[in-house]
This record gives sequence, structure tokens and C-alpha cells, in this order.
Amino acid sequence: MLGLDKKDTSTFLLVVALVVFAPFLLNPFPDGSELAQFNAGYPDLMQRFLIFGIFAIGFNILFGLTGYLSFGHAAFLGVGSYAGVWMMKLLTMNVVPAIIMSVIFAGLFSLLVGYISLRRSGIYFSILTLAFAQMSFSLAYSVLTPITNGETGLQLNLDDPRVLGVSQVGGSIPAANFFGLAMRDSYELVLGNWLFTFNAGYYLCAVVMIAAFYVSVRIFRSPFGMMLRAVKSNQNRMNFTGLNSRPYTLAAFVISGMYAGLAGGLMVAMDPLAGAERMQWTASGEVVLMTILGGAGTLIGPVLGAGFIKYCENIFSKINDNILYQWFSALPDAVADFLVFIIHPFIGKGWHLTLGIMFMLIVIFLPGGIMEGISRIGKLFSRKKAEQGPNGTAAPAPAE
Amino acid sequence: MTLIRKPLSRRSILRAGAAGGALLAAPTIFTSRAWAAGYVNEPTGSTVTLGFNVPQTGPYADEGADELRAYQLAVEHLNGEGDGGMLNTFSSKALKGSGILGKKVEYVTGDTQTKSDAARASAKSMIEKDGAIMITGGSSSGVAVAVQALCQEAGVIFMAGLTHSNDTTGKDKKANGFRHFFNSYMSGAALAPVLKNAYGADRNAYHLTADYNWGYTTEQAVRESTEALGWNTVETVKTPLAATDFSSYITPVLQSDADVLVLNHYGGNMVNSLTNAVQFGLRDKLVNGKNFEIIVPLYSRLMAKGAGANVKGIFGSTNWHWSLTDEGSKAFVQSFGQKYGFPPSQAAHTTYVQTLLYADACERAGTFNPCGVVEALEGFEFDGLGNGKTLYRAEDHQCFKDVLVVKGKENPTSEFDLLEIVEVTPVEQVTYAPDHPQFAGGALGSCNSGA
Repeated sequence: MLGLDKKDTSTFLLVVALVVFAPFLLNPFPDGSELAQFNAGYPDLMQRFLIFGIFAIGFNILFGLTGYLSFGHAAFLGVGSYAGVWMMKLLTMNVVPAIIMSVIFAGLFSLLVGYISLRRSGIYFSILTLAFAQMSFSLAYSVLTPITNGETGLQLNLDDPRVLGVSQVGGSIPAANFFGLAMRDSYELVLGNWLFTFNAGYYLCAVVMIAAFYVSVRIFRSPFGMMLRAVKSNQNRMNFTGLNSRPYTLAAFVISGMYAGLAGGLMVAMDPLAGAERMQWTASGEVVLMTILGGAGTLIGPVLGAGFIKYCENIFSKINDNILYQWFSALPDAVADFLVFIIHPFIGKGWHLTLGIMFMLIVIFLPGGIMEGISRIGKLFSRKKAEQGPNGTAAPAPAE
Repeated sequence: MTLIRKPLSRRSILRAGAAGGALLAAPTIFTSRAWAAGYVNEPTGSTVTLGFNVPQTGPYADEGADELRAYQLAVEHLNGEGDGGMLNTFSSKALKGSGILGKKVEYVTGDTQTKSDAARASAKSMIEKDGAIMITGGSSSGVAVAVQALCQEAGVIFMAGLTHSNDTTGKDKKANGFRHFFNSYMSGAALAPVLKNAYGADRNAYHLTADYNWGYTTEQAVRESTEALGWNTVETVKTPLAATDFSSYITPVLQSDADVLVLNHYGGNMVNSLTNAVQFGLRDKLVNGKNFEIIVPLYSRLMAKGAGANVKGIFGSTNWHWSLTDEGSKAFVQSFGQKYGFPPSQAAHTTYVQTLLYADACERAGTFNPCGVVEALEGFEFDGLGNGKTLYRAEDHQCFKDVLVVKGKENPTSEFDLLEIVEVTPVEQVTYAPDHPQFAGGALGSCNSGA
């Protein structure tokens, strides 16, 4: 289907199904129950899953295929965000021009950065991209304050021109919309004790993310993708055969930069603000973590990694001692105190610790990331493939 | 597989399917937030949820932790637990200790990480997932401005925590946002006369400014108020926010003919730059026949603690200090101290007061509707919350109250007793017109209840 082989088609359909039914899948616990704390089916987080999924898919095209580890991808996301907000300030609150300009600006910026950084490979390339990203961050934070509004972040104002739209509606900034459909509009479905939210912005992200995923599958399976894999396995040998690999790596770099810009544009479309810290090196490191956690070089891995990290960040950081005491209210006080004492370092402000431990466990025991775990579980259940032995094609290559 | 004893028959599957379908279809109601209620997150049960969004990690985690303590204390007092704290001294008697409008107060917490994106994500999850009707907190102006804009869009009230930049109620003001804390302009206006008395009208000032929004507005405020007194500004230098070693910025100060150094730094920045400056012997220097002096426009007890003995004799301004002896402050310090064992910081004070002010506004408005709350807070005059007579100005949603000028204590008696109050600058002296150039641009817009 759509030029995909049978296996890819089923992967693609699985992703589509997961994305479309996410509002159900992410809200497994009834409202008001103790476990409702772990529900992730609210619009903001679901949008974040998809947006960072797109970011990680794009990063994976560069890192998973060519093996070039960029430590500066957040800069492209940031540039895309700023471009998007400026479109909303100057042109219209329709999100389409914002998203398109985000992609274009991120693409141009990544062309510049890639042209310079790709002269080196390995650690030197990583450091060059890191330097560019930190430079962009510092510029956005202070020197470029007239364009970026510095530390406060670029926001919409009541007196922005918006030449194709309106500056304000009854004293409020108009809502970001897709040809009139406001991004923050939601339909809520009440089923017994469950509350499911279907958000317009989420489904816009979903369409874009599915398209981005499809393009990424096509790149993975194309001759171009094969060239990129060749770069990863042995670039020197490629060069010795007289083949210039630079245009391929540069193309991959720009494509992944444009994916980052797309993610930035969508972030702005969902929440019209662009802050400099989006470009900081920790943000660049985060996408590397997402990709490795999910499984570098695999198709869905990065999306799962992105979801995992965003879930930890948004759910674990919000659990506080009060909530713990509610959970353990049935237990004797001393036992509850003890359990809270044990769990306390891992929740609330300690969510980084939880994430770090999970990351270590996954990298140590599942070097191929979450995808390796899934394929191992898959093997447990299908006897046939297990008999094929270690040469079976099912296991993805471990991350390097 | 012993769970299924009988093999499933076609009939039983059909029956189960029909029952399941009926179950799914029966309670299905399609609703939209806009139509369901009069306003976003209207509390319908017996409780009301407030969102406390504070930095729990990052450079301001200490302030954040103290803010959270104050919020928990405020919730206790609102629900009628504990000794009631400032409820007893508050000039408005609408709050009875029975929650807000009869609903028990509950709260959710989140981590802003002192990053606008993280803060907005956290605030959004409080609004969308937990149904918070009011968001409060923050320990940085960038975050406060970002979250304030979000709350305006979403249609909930934002009660700012510690945010000192002029922009929060200046060019970035919003109808749904309110600030009790003082601002850069007030710091400058309060400090200038005291500085003139202490150091004379003929001084050359050298500014080191943290390179971000708050730094700029503070530098501008202090520069303009001191220049109005006759001081001369020799130079202003921006320092990176992430800097930890300021020696390279202090050396040029020694070579200039400046005799006052103004450190527009906050938190860890201020601790490091002040320590560097003292180590370089600036305070023992004589320039133009005058003692070299250092000034820190925004002081906090937590910073003074970090800088240790270096703060002795250094002037600055603060929103509130636990050694104040009015009834409100005494009540607050007592109940905070009883619960946690040490006196509250100014961050704790402002967040506690903000929570009470919000609750009181709901009571007086008789509704949680943000537009009603805005109306109740605008132009509200109150007393008994630690800063004397205070006005929530309608034009920019900024509180106007006395400002404290403080000085690092020469002989501290405890690790909390680090600052002494030099002067309580009366509110008239720090009041400005809503269209003052330092606050120009931006508009409140109209209140948004999300309907």
C-alpha cells in the first residue's frame, strides 16, 4: 500500500491506529480514581507526544541512518518556533503559514550549519553542532532580544499587525486556528467514569505526524536511504571508491533539520510562544536520549522514546507527597510514612532521577532500546521466528 | 488457561457483544468545554482545585520549595485547619476558614524548572487534566510572563509569585494576571533616597547586569532613579546569566573611576558576583576620597545566606521581611515557624498572600468566574497582610504598598537574621503612573473566562 511493502504497511497502519485512538489508549483509568494520576490523555501532553515524535523521527533520519550524532538539533526547533511566532504576529493566526515558514527557516539554517559542520565527522561533528546550537541559544537569549524577546520568550501581543487577520477579538488575542478551526477546541466524550478529550490541535498534529512518519519510511527504504546507511557502515570506503558522500549527508542533515523545524512550527501552532531555552544543549541532548531510548535506526523507536520521556517529565513531576499519602491511606501510618520516604526521591522534583534510572536500565539490558524489548517479547510468542536463530532479520541493529 | 471453563459459543459472544455495545452507547454525551459550563473548569463538586506551579529543580529551587510550603500553609488556613495565620489580621473578613465559597480547597503541584516551556506545559496539564481554576507561582519573570499569557488564553486566573521585572505588569500585563510582589521601578525609587543619605549625591556608579529581561529593567530603574539624584553612571556591563565567576568583570571596575558598584543580579548570580567583588577588596578601596560601596537592588534572605558575611552593610530592597512587627507579619511568621521550624522568605510571603487574596476575591465576587474575580481584585484596597495598606491597581493589576530598604546585618544573631530594615519607604514614593515610560506598551485586554 502507498508504495510500502507488507511489513512496512502493517507498521504504518499500527502507527496510524495508535495515533488516532491515543485519546482512549492514554486514558485507561477512570476519572477520580487514585490511578487517574497516571492518565496522559489530555490535549497538551498528547500534542507533545506527537511533536517530539516528529522531532525524534527527523533526528533518526540523520543519526539512525548516517550515524552522524548531531548535538545541536534543538537549534533548528528553536529557529522554526521563532519563525512560526513571527508569522502569527505579522501575518495571520492561521497555523498553516506558520508551520510552512518554520520548516523553510529551519531548513535554511540547517543548510548553513550542515555545510560547515559536515566537513568533519565523529566527535568533531558533534562538537561543531553543539557549538552552533549553544551560539544560537546565547544569541537568542541576549543579543537578538529585539527578534526573540530574550529570556521572556517571544509572545503574541494585542497590538500585533496580523495583516491577513485581525489584531484582536474583543480585547483578546485571537486563537490559533486551522482555517477557522481553533486549535484549542476539544470535544469531550463521557463514558461512564471515563472522560476522553478529542482536541482539534491534537488531530492536526496527528495528520502531520503520520505524513512525517510516512516520508521517513519512504526515505528509509529508498536508494537514498541505502546510501546513508553506507555512510554509517564505512564512509572511508565509500570515498575511496570515488563517491562523494557529502551531498548525501548534507541532504540528510537538512531533511532532519526541516523535521525539527516542523516540530517547532507545530509547537507554536499549539501554544504560541517561543522561548530561547528551547535551543539549549539540554534540549538537544533530550532528542538524542529519545532516539537511543526508543531504538536508533528503527522506524517507530524514536516516537516511543519521545513518548516515554515526555510521559516521565509530565506525569512523575506532578506526583507530590500528598498524593502518595492518599494512595497509602489504607496502610498504617508508620508504613505509609516509610513508603513515602522511599518513593519521595523519585517523584516530584526527583523525576530526573526516575528517568535516569530507566534510561540506564534500558541501555544496559536492551542496547537496541524499547524496540529491542518489543521484538524480544514478540519472539517469545512466535515460535517460528525464534527457531530461525540469531540470523533472523527481526532484531534491529543495536545503537552505536 | 483455566479462567475460561466453557468453550466460547457463538451465542455467548453475540450476547456479550450486544451488551457491550449497549453499555458503550448509553452514557455517551458529546460535550465541548465551551458549552458545558459558564467558564473553564467551573468547580461543580464539593472541592476546588488550585495549581501551584513552582520551580522544584534548577537555579531557583530553594525559592520554589519555600513557596510550596507557603501554599500548603495557605490551603490549611483556607480550609480552617491550623491557627488561621493572616486570615485573622486580613482587613477583609469574607474568608471564614471553610474553604472558598464553601468548597474545600485542594491543590496540585508542578515543576516549572525555571523554563517557560516547562512551566507552560505544567500549567497546561493543571488546567486540562486536573481542572485547576487558578494557577499561581513562579520564581522568575520570564516564567511568570509566559504562564500569565497562557492563563489569559486558557481563561483562568494567574496570581504571580516572585517576579520583579517591570514587564510582568508593564508591557506584558494581562487582564487575568495579578502581581502582589514589587518591581524594579519600586526598588529603584525606594533605594535612591536612602543611598543619597548614606553615600551622598555625587557618586559614580558602575552597573553589572544579568543579561536577561529582569536585569535590563532593574538596571534601567536603578540608573534612572540614581541619576535623578545627581549620580553619574560610568558604565553598564552585561554578564551572562550562566556565569559563575565574575572576576573578569570586576577587574575593569577597579580600573574605572567608579566608586559604587551596582549588582543587578539575582539568586546564584548575586551570591557569586558579590563574593568576587568583596574578595577583590572593592569594599576597602578609596576612590575620589570616598569609600567604595556595593549595592544589590533586589535582596532576599536566601541570597544573603548564600553570600554569608559578604552582605554585611550592603544596601538592597525587599518586598517583605520576617522581622516586621505588624500584626499580619507576626501571625504569618508564627504559623509558618510552627509548621516548618524556621521563618518564611519573601517568596513564601508573597505566594501565601496571593492565595489568600484570590480566595477572598472569589468570596467577595460570589463566584469562581475569572471575570468576577478580576472585578473583585481590581482597585481592591486591603490591610493586615504584612505590607501595610495596599492597593491592587485596576490599570495594571500591580499591588502598591510600602517597600523595604534593607542592609546586610553587621552582627547576625542567627542564620536567618541576616538583614536589617533600614527604612520602610512609603507607598507614595514608589507609586508611578500606569503609562510611565518604564512600563509603556502592552495592554491588559479584557478578562477571559474561556467561555
